Amino acid sequence: MRPWRGWRTLCAVAVVLGIAFALSSVGSAMAESVKPIKIGLGMALTGGLSANGKPALLAMQIWRDAVNKKGGLLDRPVELIYYDDQTNPATVPGIYTKLLDVDKVNFVVSGYGTNLIAPLLPIVMERKLTLMGILGLANNEKYKYPNYFQIQPSGPDPEANWATGFFEIAGKLNPRPQTIALVGADAEYPRHAIAGARELVKTFGFKTVYDKSYPPSTVDYTPIARAIKAANPDIVFVASYPPDSVGMIRAAHEVGLQPKLFGGGMVGLQYTSVMTSMGPMLNGIVNYDFWAPERTMMFPGIEEFFKEYQARAEKAGVDPLGYYLPPYAYAAVQILGRAIEATKSLDQQKVGDYIRATEFSTIVGKVKFGPNGEWAKSRVLMVQYQNIERRDVEQFKGPGRKVVLYPEEFKSGNLIYPYSAAQR
Amino acid sequence: MFSWDLLANAVVAGVLLGGFYAAVSLGVSLTFGLLDVVNIAHPAFVILGSYAAYAMNSSFGLDPILTGVLLTPLFYVLGAAVYQMYYGSFERRGEESLRGLVFFFGVLFIIEVSLSLTYGVDYRLVEAPYIGKSINLGGVGIAVRLLVPFAVGLAMTLALHLFLSRTFYGRAIKAVAQDRLALRLMGANPVQIKTIAFGIGIAAASLSGALLVTIAPVVPSTDRDYIGRVFAITVLGGLGSIGGTLVAAIILGVAESLMATFFGPSWSLAVSFGILLLVLAVRPTGLFGR
Repeated sequence: MRPWRGWRTLCAVAVVLGIAFALSSVGSAMAESVKPIKIGLGMALTGGLSANGKPALLAMQIWRDAVNKKGGLLDRPVELIYYDDQTNPATVPGIYTKLLDVDKVNFVVSGYGTNLIAPLLPIVMERKLTLMGILGLANNEKYKYPNYFQIQPSGPDPEANWATGFFEIAGKLNPRPQTIALVGADAEYPRHAIAGARELVKTFGFKTVYDKSYPPSTVDYTPIARAIKAANPDIVFVASYPPDSVGMIRAAHEVGLQPKLFGGGMVGLQYTSVMTSMGPMLNGIVNYDFWAPERTMMFPGIEEFFKEYQARAEKAGVDPLGYYLPPYAYAAVQILGRAIEATKSLDQQKVGDYIRATEFSTIVGKVKFGPNGEWAKSRVLMVQYQNIERRDVEQFKGPGRKVVLYPEEFKSGNLIYPYSAAQR
Repeated sequence: MFSWDLLANAVVAGVLLGGFYAAVSLGVSLTFGLLDVVNIAHPAFVILGSYAAYAMNSSFGLDPILTGVLLTPLFYVLGAAVYQMYYGSFERRGEESLRGLVFFFGVLFIIEVSLSLTYGVDYRLVEAPYIGKSINLGGVGIAVRLLVPFAVGLAMTLALHLFLSRTFYGRAIKAVAQDRLALRLMGANPVQIKTIAFGIGIAAASLSGALLVTIAPVVPSTDRDYIGRVFAITVLGGLGSIGGTLVAAIILGVAESLMATFFGPSWSLAVSFGILLLVLAVRPTGLFGR
């Protein structure tokens, strides 16, 4: 009887199956290792805040591409998953629930602005997530959630710190101004900014001669400018959104409103389209800003970032210079990425703990967060528009047009005082 | 803080603002007031006009208002095409009430998104020699940026009033609002008449968009600020009354300006809509409505 030769066949099959199984295990382990790290966000790509939302997204995409070019995070590529929140806070809970439960993102980043962060914070707190916030004002003051980190350099007391620089400058003027007018839109940010300014008025001992707000849909600002002129203040502090900022400046010129110091918290003057359209009308205005092309603001990596951003901006249909929000949106994800790398973990708490304990060197300078998730030290700049003679973009790329007056360590020039002197 | 000087300035500023509001509302007065077409997309056409003026201004340095005037025939054709689509899809089938409203909402969003995709979402402004300048007449400062839109708004109102009262097509538009059958018996085609009227309404919207961009910066979503305002002015003036639209616009403009000057601008809109409610309580057809 011949021995059963099937053993040989059976062994061969077993070996083949074993090799196949081993290969598939290695394959699945490899697949796991290249599974992307997903970062999810809702962003204002349409609606009222989209002029800032789209550049913020572009900045994050630039960061993603740079990270992936260097091999990703933890040897895994980074994927950004985003949805348009339409500048509508009501869409935020749905978007982030989808990101977390359907897209299974590893981390979330906020959309742009105070109103869009407000509905997100409760979700983040409930799920114990770490959240990088993109330019929200005082969102965490009520909650004190420890794993919320906000990239806008407002400082530990966001309401008051916002206008501190403006009042510090006003307080040192000679002759010292005595009276002030406060005016702002009936909206979230201007209300916070005006509330902070009211406290500073008391601290610095100025006398308020006008304190009014206006609806954001106001078309004509000349009656407001005229009423302020009638009150004859030495200082005019304005907290406004872009259309009102333009309206207020034009109206001030038309009615001849010439206080000694004018500006403060006007959103929009940082945008290239507004700067080029307003041109010389901006001269003399002292206003908050986050970055200016001055020698004191050249942090490591910022020039490379702007080179890449400005190359992509036209195609993306966004602000061609991108000095205001984009570097901060980039810095927010830069910090998140650094924390993931340093902790070698995707654990929300570990990453949150690391961000809280560390000072980061980013393209917007050194960033350290305080207990409420705001910058430990305020770095809201006060800049004065000076020597603007034309309406072209090029002039705003170099120094000397937006001179940094405050804080002292970033100061790049001196105030031209009073306001009218800078307009000559 | 009262002074006669402030009062005079506030009234003049309000009248100028009213002229601009009238220009923005004329198209609605025509389409909603006379044709009974709830064109909720009207402010989107206004913004489309703003962007057309911006594009010509930034590319060729053309004056925005001159561009607005030159482009009215193009917008007339666009308006006529939109009405034909609306008529063919809804009005002819008697489904214009709710579905028609949804159609115009759709048009509004399409225009908004198209502008976002084409021009991005940055604020757009124009340059013209009269922006930022003012003239002083006996202590009353007049912003030229508002004076020009006021004059154009006034001219538009007068032109539309004369067209509706003195021409065959104008009278036919008024007739189609009252009795379509009778108009047909007179040998006029109601659909053709309504197409002409709708085209004129959209042309007026585009011209007022050119006025808007000289006053304030625009983004694709600026239209949403004007939906309530233009319909309020149309209703306050009396549906279909062109002169009434101008009067209502000036009343709201002056009310806004006076409130902003003396009592705080926060009250401006509340008082304007308060006036609307008060007038409707006394005269449900509006100031000059029949």
